[in-house]
Amino acid sequence: MSIELLTIIIGGLTIGAALMVVISKHPIRSVLFLVVTFFLISSLYILMNAQFLAIVNIIVYAGAIMVLFLFVLMLLNLNKESEPKTPKYALFSSVLASGILLLVLIAAFKDSLRLQHVRLPQQKQIGLVENLGKLLFDEYIVAFEVSSILFIASMVGAILLAKREKPIID
Amino acid sequence: MDTGLLIEKLILAILLFVVSLGIAAYSTYFERKLAAWIQDRVGPDRAGPFGILQPIADGVKMFMKEDFTPTNADRWLFILGPGIAMFTALMTSAVIPWGTDITLFGRTIALQVADLNIGILFIFGIISIGVYGIMIGGWASNNKYSRFGAIRASSQMISYELAMGISAITIIMLSGGLGLNDIVKAQHGMNWNIFYQPVCFLVFFICALAETNRAPFDLPECESELIGGYHTEYSSMKLGLFLFAEYVAMFVSSALISILFFGGYNFPGMDSFSGNTLAILSVAAFFTKTFLMIFLFMWIRWTIPRFRFDQLMHLGWKVLIPISIINMLVTGIVIAFNEGWIKF
Repeated sequence: MSIELLTIIIGGLTIGAALMVVISKHPIRSVLFLVVTFFLISSLYILMNAQFLAIVNIIVYAGAIMVLFLFVLMLLNLNKESEPKTPKYALFSSVLASGILLLVLIAAFKDSLRLQHVRLPQQKQIGLVENLGKLLFDEYIVAFEVSSILFIASMVGAILLAKREKPIID
Repeated sequence: MDTGLLIEKLILAILLFVVSLGIAAYSTYFERKLAAWIQDRVGPDRAGPFGILQPIADGVKMFMKEDFTPTNADRWLFILGPGIAMFTALMTSAVIPWGTDITLFGRTIALQVADLNIGILFIFGIISIGVYGIMIGGWASNNKYSRFGAIRASSQMISYELAMGISAITIIMLSGGLGLNDIVKAQHGMNWNIFYQPVCFLVFFICALAETNRAPFDLPECESELIGGYHTEYSSMKLGLFLFAEYVAMFVSSALISILFFGGYNFPGMDSFSGNTLAILSVAAFFTKTFLMIFLFMWIRWTIPRFRFDQLMHLGWKVLIPISIINMLVTGIVIAFNEGWIKF
């Protein structure tokens, strides 16, 4: 089986799973379909020989963030009865906003159809962890460090928000 | 595609599957015998000589029981839960190197199903997915005890994964490779990581106990508070799969610990052997180490009482993570000093 055919099949499945995230009635099922979507995206990365990216995608998104999502959903115990009623104007505005987003995305990606003849980079080893590490710590060191500062800032912010204020003792 | 390679890997994968399940089955027997020994009892002794057929009898019993699904359970997810638990427990063993290369019928066969260059990350990926089995099973049961078990399992796994990952990074820094084969080869000649990284081993071992939901970290299924935890509503072989997955996970994490810290298939004096003799001896050495680790897991279970949940979180976040981060930093500084990157 050729790589192109596999890519098309997995791509189709990815879109299907992503649609199920939106269509599913129950939030827990939506989250589980999102996990499936992440797995399919990871398999696309593997087809491009970017193994490190694939496995990190699974560890970070499927393994950590989605588990937290599920955790919160289970604590909230969402069901039909407790669902807040959405006002009509909010529905209308969300449809409008997502329609505009769709328009922008179509405008941005319509040219990509013409790029079909562009092949993947000839260097097959580009996605392996050694090369990635060398690139990150050499060529893109500034961007890497800046993004890590961003992470630390968000961590500090999260801790500050979660920290309980000390009770005032008279 | 080389057909020989395909057949060879297929046989190896099936063998691995059978061996994992067999060891898991007999772990249950040894666990019960060990518990009996520690508590001064006899343990199972009815089925066969010394009760050696007990796991088979248990398996048959599991299959014969009524397969019950609660009325308000989510049917598909209820089935999916134990399946995922078992699947993830078995999948981890694919990247583990079991011994040195063996030569059969003129072919050199590596005793490893897949030599991924990101082997250890693969294992962490699978471990982090493993919690879905428990979460989905616990949620789909539609029972408050099951759900408590699921919530506990997820918060426990997320907390202990961090310290485990950081201590694994320390080992990666020492061996300079992410593949498990690289890590094993770097420990050749008694350069076992346990001698360089005892603190790291301690952290990793505690986290492995927590990740496999073994006592003293078995709060997701703690029977005195939660009846059976996430598998309260399960019966028949679905329950069997959950229980079995725990033993398979214990086997695989024992194997992982012996690779990361005890030199994997390396053994003292291995340079004086070669060829198939070396291969067989290395497999024997590897399994000896793994079984000793499994024994340690069981020993701890029948010795130490269970934690309270806040103590568990406290240990994970405020003790293990700081220790592992400091350990990683010190290791990094020492490596940089040894390599001559920094000078005083």
